Amino acid sequence: MPRLRQIAFYGKGGIGKSTTSQNALAALAELDQRILIVGCDPKADSTRLILNAKAQQTVLHLAAEAGSVEDLELEDVLRAGFKGIKCVESGGPEPGVGCAGRGVITAINFLQENGAYEDIDYVSYDVLGDVVCGGFAMPIRENKAEEIYIVMSGEMMALYACNNISRGILKYATTGTVRLGGLICNSRMTDQEWELADAMAKKLSTKLIYFVPRDNIVQHAELRRQTVLQYAPDSQQAQEYRNLAKAIHDNAGQGVIPTPVSMDELEDMLMEFGIIKSDEERLKELEAKEAASRAVADAAATAGRVPAGALAAA
Amino acid sequence: MPQSADAIKDYATLFQEPEYQAMLDAKRAQMECGHDAETVAETLAWTKGWEYREKNFARKAAVINPAKACQPLGAVFAAAGFADTLSFVHGSQGCTAYYRSHLARHFKEPAAAVSSSMTEDAAVFGGLSNMVDGLANAYALYHPKMIAVSTTCMAEVIGDDLQAFIAGAKEKGSVPADFDVPFAHTPAFHGSHTTGYDNMMQGILSHFWKDRDRQPNGSLNIIPGFDGHCVGNIREVCRLLDLMGVDYTVLGDASDVYDTPSDGQYRMYAGGTSIEATKAALHAKATISMQGACTTKTLALCREHGQETAELAYPLGVEATDDFLLKVSALTGTPIPSALTLERGRLVDAMTDSQAHLHRKTYAVVGDPDFVTGMTRFLLEIGAEPVHLLATNGSKAWAAALQSLLDASPFGSKATIWPGKDLWHLRSLLCTEPTDFLIGNSYGKFLERDTGVPLIRLTFPIFDRHHHHRFPTWGYQGGLSVLVKLLDKAFDVLDAATGDLGSTDLAFDLTR
Repeated sequence: MPRLRQIAFYGKGGIGKSTTSQNALAALAELDQRILIVGCDPKADSTRLILNAKAQQTVLHLAAEAGSVEDLELEDVLRAGFKGIKCVESGGPEPGVGCAGRGVITAINFLQENGAYEDIDYVSYDVLGDVVCGGFAMPIRENKAEEIYIVMSGEMMALYACNNISRGILKYATTGTVRLGGLICNSRMTDQEWELADAMAKKLSTKLIYFVPRDNIVQHAELRRQTVLQYAPDSQQAQEYRNLAKAIHDNAGQGVIPTPVSMDELEDMLMEFGIIKSDEERLKELEAKEAASRAVADAAATAGRVPAGALAAA
Repeated sequence: MPQSADAIKDYATLFQEPEYQAMLDAKRAQMECGHDAETVAETLAWTKGWEYREKNFARKAAVINPAKACQPLGAVFAAAGFADTLSFVHGSQGCTAYYRSHLARHFKEPAAAVSSSMTEDAAVFGGLSNMVDGLANAYALYHPKMIAVSTTCMAEVIGDDLQAFIAGAKEKGSVPADFDVPFAHTPAFHGSHTTGYDNMMQGILSHFWKDRDRQPNGSLNIIPGFDGHCVGNIREVCRLLDLMGVDYTVLGDASDVYDTPSDGQYRMYAGGTSIEATKAALHAKATISMQGACTTKTLALCREHGQETAELAYPLGVEATDDFLLKVSALTGTPIPSALTLERGRLVDAMTDSQAHLHRKTYAVVGDPDFVTGMTRFLLEIGAEPVHLLATNGSKAWAAALQSLLDASPFGSKATIWPGKDLWHLRSLLCTEPTDFLIGNSYGKFLERDTGVPLIRLTFPIFDRHHHHRFPTWGYQGGLSVLVKLLDKAFDVLDAATGDLGSTDLAFDLTR
């Protein structure tokens, strides 16, 4: 039996992490890989496209109903979706109450204790936004995910998150086996996006695994709660995801210990790419703006009335 | 004042003096705003009826007096069975004080364990620095050969990763890199002390067995499980195995550390399974668990390493001891010596002598799943009838196995098994369907007072009677000692029921 590969997808919220991971995993299933997806997000939307259904019953939801996790059976929480991909959602509390991180720990322990990882080639963890507490680091502990893929795009906040997640990985990499598998750029069509993603990857001593171009077909598939692989298997975008899947598949054991950069270094890089501006530039722009609005106000005063919008601009 | 230096009154009677009684009456009248005595008596009577029982069993959102403790207690107990091993609980100090006092109150021995003393800042920033400092201090102050790390709820909720923390602490030089620090995550809000025992035992064995080649030999491993009678029981098991003349290792032998002599020397560590013996146990032919429900994961680990495994359920009485000896005999090819056949015959003889006094007596049993199963089996053997069988930490699988045991006996038909229920449920059961006797731990004394069902203390914790743990409950000798306890209570009850001068004392016999 080939060794079980455990991977995890991290990335800033709203970056298209769940969409990218589900499409890539659907493509891996086409390669006859037996896959288990563990959604580690209280919103429980990491498996929607595979199951073609809205958030399913989660481990914690069912545990709360049954009284405790000990009363649950594996069959209660596992659902099979597209191409037999097994899906499970940890679930968690409503926003603002309880401890979602502990929910992730509880769910993953339950799965391991009950043999969910048997007869599987890939376990994939889909983790929300950022490594905000110990619970969300659960998938990168010893004997869990060996490779982390960070989904990002050419935006400032996505790159910040990318660097932060690398810091989380570094913390665990020195005492364990977790490695950074690489970056996956989910294109937002920003300027020089590929170059920026590539530069970020180099800074982190890793590589850009794949650059997923933007295509509206992803949204069309998503509206139907499907992956592109299922909705339009012959499309160009489906092929892109197959390439991504292949890149991940061939990347086994290639992970690295990341080298996250300081905030200053990161900002310098963002300035270089024109994502953010230096303080001098910003000051110059502000002065120019103020001068322009003063000119408008002067002109209005001369005319004896204040034009709409002039004060707001000042 | 009733107290004077010349004749100090014991506190048991001190508060019955008129001064204290007057003070307590005044407090009740002025401060407690309670109901009148009649309403209280009426309500108390109602809580003992069937209507209340049904409401009580419909209860979903609360557990009242669970008959179980939390995981780290089991982990600390498991670690105590290893030589020169210090339990290190990663989490809050108060929790650790609880495990220590719980064990000390039962065994009447000091129970050493340290904590990483996490406070609010550790809850926010994670307990890594507590682990780094804690390991360094524990190593320097108490000179252990091994530190076994478990966790409290606090560390578990925030998701502290022991593997990474311990590796990090070693990098920072808290303890030498090759120093043994096995660990187990023991979230107290999951499972019970028996789960914690299993986790720690698995943690320790996997630490010493990981990545090593097994060269099978003919030896046996014995894992006792969580047991308040471990002092008497482990010594008894060793005696039996020595009589058999087989090679064996007790994995987790706490019989000495919880029974140290008073000879002027304080022993923080005493006896226990050595690191060398634990390492060598990998090569054993088989591992026998004396309490299967305590060792699910541990036995799975043994099987992963290629060992045969066998599990018993608290081997109390004739058949259960037979099972143990036959298993040892089958695994090692060693015949059972005649000395043990004689012992067996003596126990059977004793049971037969007293049979008339226990036949058809009814019992309620509460405790850990293995204990309840072992105890029930013995009751069936002596012709007594188990009625209420309750384990708060019992699973449905446990209940099913126990049911088939009951079905196989003519004395099992009155019994109902109650997995997951608590002592307040048991109170309702005893009020509505009283049994002749209750078998349990010290917490049963409140049920005894409330329901009038006499309590026999036979399982952990026994806080209010001394030294029971020094005598075995396992093996033929253990069966004898349990038989005597059952009989003593039965005779006490009989004497009390026939003791009224001139009215009931026609049967107040000298000979029973």
